[in-house]
Amino acid sequence: MKPEKALIFEMSRPGRVAYSLPECDVTEIETSSAIPEAMLRRKPAELPEVCEVDVIRHYTELSRRNFGIDNGFYPLGSCTMKYNPKINEDVARFAGFAKIHPYQPEESIQGALELLYTLQNDLAALTGMEQVTLQPAAGAHGEWTGLMLIRAYHESRGETRTKVIVPDTSHGTNPASATVAGFETVTVPSDAEGMVDLEALRAAVGSDTAALMLTNPNTLGLFEKRIVEIAEIVHDAGGLLYYDGANSNAIMGIARPGDMGFDVVHLNLHKTMSTPHGGGGPGAGPVGVKRELVPFLPRPTVIRREDGRYGWDWDRPRSIGRVKAYSGNFGILVRAYAYIRTYGPEGLRRVSELAVLNANYMRSRLSPYFDVPYPGVCKHEFVLSGKRLKEHGVRTLDAAKRLLDFGYHPPTIYFPLNVEECLMIEPTETESKETLDAFIETMIRIVREAETDPQLVLNAPHTTAVKRLDEATAARKPVLNCSCGV
Amino acid sequence: MSKHRYLPMTEQDEAEMLKTIGVGSVQELFADIPPSIRYSGVLPISGRLDESALLKHLRGLADRNADFERHACFLGAGLYDHHLPVVVNHVISRSEFYTAYTPYQPEISQGELQAIFEFQSYICELTGMKVANASMYDGATALAEAAALASGATKRKRVVVSRAVHPEAREILMTSARGLGLQVVEVGCRDGVTDLARLAEAVDDDTAAVLVQTPNFFGGLEDIRAIEPLVHARQSLLVMSVNPMSLGLLEAPGELGADIAVGDAQPLGIPASLGGPTCGFFAVSEPLMRRIPGRIVGQTTDRDGKRGFVLTLQAREQHIRREKATSNICSNQALMALSASVYLSVMGKAGLIEVARLNVRKSHYAAGRLASVPGVTLPFGAPFFNEFVVKLPAGTDVTALNAKLLQAGFIGGYDLGSAYPELEGHVLLAVTERRTKDEIDGFVRETEACL
Repeated sequence: MKPEKALIFEMSRPGRVAYSLPECDVTEIETSSAIPEAMLRRKPAELPEVCEVDVIRHYTELSRRNFGIDNGFYPLGSCTMKYNPKINEDVARFAGFAKIHPYQPEESIQGALELLYTLQNDLAALTGMEQVTLQPAAGAHGEWTGLMLIRAYHESRGETRTKVIVPDTSHGTNPASATVAGFETVTVPSDAEGMVDLEALRAAVGSDTAALMLTNPNTLGLFEKRIVEIAEIVHDAGGLLYYDGANSNAIMGIARPGDMGFDVVHLNLHKTMSTPHGGGGPGAGPVGVKRELVPFLPRPTVIRREDGRYGWDWDRPRSIGRVKAYSGNFGILVRAYAYIRTYGPEGLRRVSELAVLNANYMRSRLSPYFDVPYPGVCKHEFVLSGKRLKEHGVRTLDAAKRLLDFGYHPPTIYFPLNVEECLMIEPTETESKETLDAFIETMIRIVREAETDPQLVLNAPHTTAVKRLDEATAARKPVLNCSCGV
Repeated sequence: MSKHRYLPMTEQDEAEMLKTIGVGSVQELFADIPPSIRYSGVLPISGRLDESALLKHLRGLADRNADFERHACFLGAGLYDHHLPVVVNHVISRSEFYTAYTPYQPEISQGELQAIFEFQSYICELTGMKVANASMYDGATALAEAAALASGATKRKRVVVSRAVHPEAREILMTSARGLGLQVVEVGCRDGVTDLARLAEAVDDDTAAVLVQTPNFFGGLEDIRAIEPLVHARQSLLVMSVNPMSLGLLEAPGELGADIAVGDAQPLGIPASLGGPTCGFFAVSEPLMRRIPGRIVGQTTDRDGKRGFVLTLQAREQHIRREKATSNICSNQALMALSASVYLSVMGKAGLIEVARLNVRKSHYAAGRLASVPGVTLPFGAPFFNEFVVKLPAGTDVTALNAKLLQAGFIGGYDLGSAYPELEGHVLLAVTERRTKDEIDGFVRETEACL
């Protein structure tokens, strides 16, 4: 067990510095001669005073108390925690990408614009869409952007459509994005097979339906096989289909949302395209649309002019406007482009095939030990129910915590909401059979432990920097900063 | 496809795994996809490149951009060419940080959680606010979220925004206001700052919030001490968008009565990167704590009583509340928040003041030098931090001027005529601590020669 780690503020010693700034080579005016005293800070910000070595040791120690994909297997369902290639990190740091400004003259950023233009087209081809905007900064941001596009589309046809339909297995961001875009959410149940219940969908659609939001494969890891019929039901009612791209890693080059009948799609580049998750971000959530929705895309888009030069297209009078400052998370887009080019079209197809193979292999091997709510092949992820463990007083949460002792990040737990004691496992294509086998053996071992020595599981984790934390008190009596100097 | 360095699957593995599953081929695993929607061709996307060719290709694209290493940048408008302390990149290159996701499992994520807790502490310390979140996409979307929060908290549907707020932030506000059914009222400027008389007229009893930026888009410092009473007299909320580096010298929003303080942490060690990823920050007064969007980290104890950190107040969030959530934000800009934290750790109490003072001195020197060029004037009298407006001689083509400056090794200023028709021939210039006297003098000489 590690001792408590000091906060950087607690390491401060007056007089130490870690910065190096240039000497002032211009007139050394007093600040108060430029800015009225009433606008100046009366009390300096109490930032820590440390040396450079303190900074490095502090953050290095924090990094040692953190777990990323480079530390080990991270089968967090719906998050596609695949290997994050190092070349992506190197190229995004090239000065020609990292140290440029979007307001520079177009002729001085032709390389950046060409990259954006090519990526826009690659993502459009991958999803079967007409055009793509790269502005949204994350999946949820893409959802909101897509719903605003759908809203603009309906309004342009003189229609007021107020409802967005989501399945009960949808990501929490779907209904939240619908609310922020000004829609009411209608939830439809899943049927016994884990698919959208078509009768419920038929009953839910109507002249007020703006869109159905769907993940396909869905969050249970199942391909919605009746997607063509679903699309017909929604389109016949005058609604549009929104594709939540969180699970795109299953279908690249195999099936395209555009061909399934979807009208708007977002991709999570931090999932499918390997740009790192960054401890919670930054990601990127580009949005693609079918032809009828192109006029509404956020401003500006990137275009290739007749003379072959690239530029921003501001002339989009029907645009929903802007959704993010400047040109999206460009540094993430550079990484995604590098990733696409390490594979090419056949390679991306192979990625999806192997992601699905790995998931099915794990599901087959774990099936005897857990309840499998939805039998049959899965796509890139699958769900198990840990309800059998409850006989021994052990819950899915406990099993997940025990996995920490063996050096694994646990799967997603308690989602989707319709599966009791749910475990959602997504291995991704970058894991070897040995890694999968070792994880499977560990899961089986934990099942045995639950049967023979439940306390061992209930008290887990035993080997981490801290033990289970008191989340209830954290929420009831919030301590949200160290209040230094306040 | 031949072997690929990211894919460990061997033929033998594949055969064994298929056997375990009980299928004859990988294709059988896709039998549930109806044939009518299967994609049979080869995707028409960019082709595969080996590692060496990919590096060369991307280096080629990067080299076609004029970067701040080879050009002296006088462009700001919300994104600045500040010095990036070397250690920042080293810390955020630790893959324990950048290959992790949101710290859902606190026992193995104490590093990220503590780093976010420290980020929240830094933002509270800089802004003088009580509560800060774990970050937003950028300063502009944070401002739009502030308007949404204010509307929810006051049960009012009207927000007043100064035209001296960044034009792109106002555009995003307009887009998001349409979704939320908010009315946005813009208030004009006078002498490069918000027109207080018009602001007083615009704020009424239905006004949820007044949104101002300081230093504003023109670089000018708003008189918040005069604005605050106009806002609170109507029980509206005061939302301040601030440049965090300027807070080394300028009074904290919390001390000035702000209810919500937002901004972009890009000046704190984050490269401009064509505008992203940067890092929005969001801080509120205590009464608004449970309405703040996004992730928040709180301190607690483990079973042994040891200090630890967890994601907290999650009852606000989309994964619990779904359609009743206060915001739809899920992932944020955590790694960029880490950059900002490392930057503030490096600068410390004295460094942040010193760098802010350098910005004031360099920009004032540059403004003085430019004002001595015949025909060039400083049209606004408001005090400024590191950015200011110059008015060029009538008829100056700013695009042509910037093209010539680029040839001479300078990235010129922002043409204000593009977003403010009344400011044609006005240029917004930023001068950071990175600009030397020689560069400033050279820029002034070149500008004079081009006029």
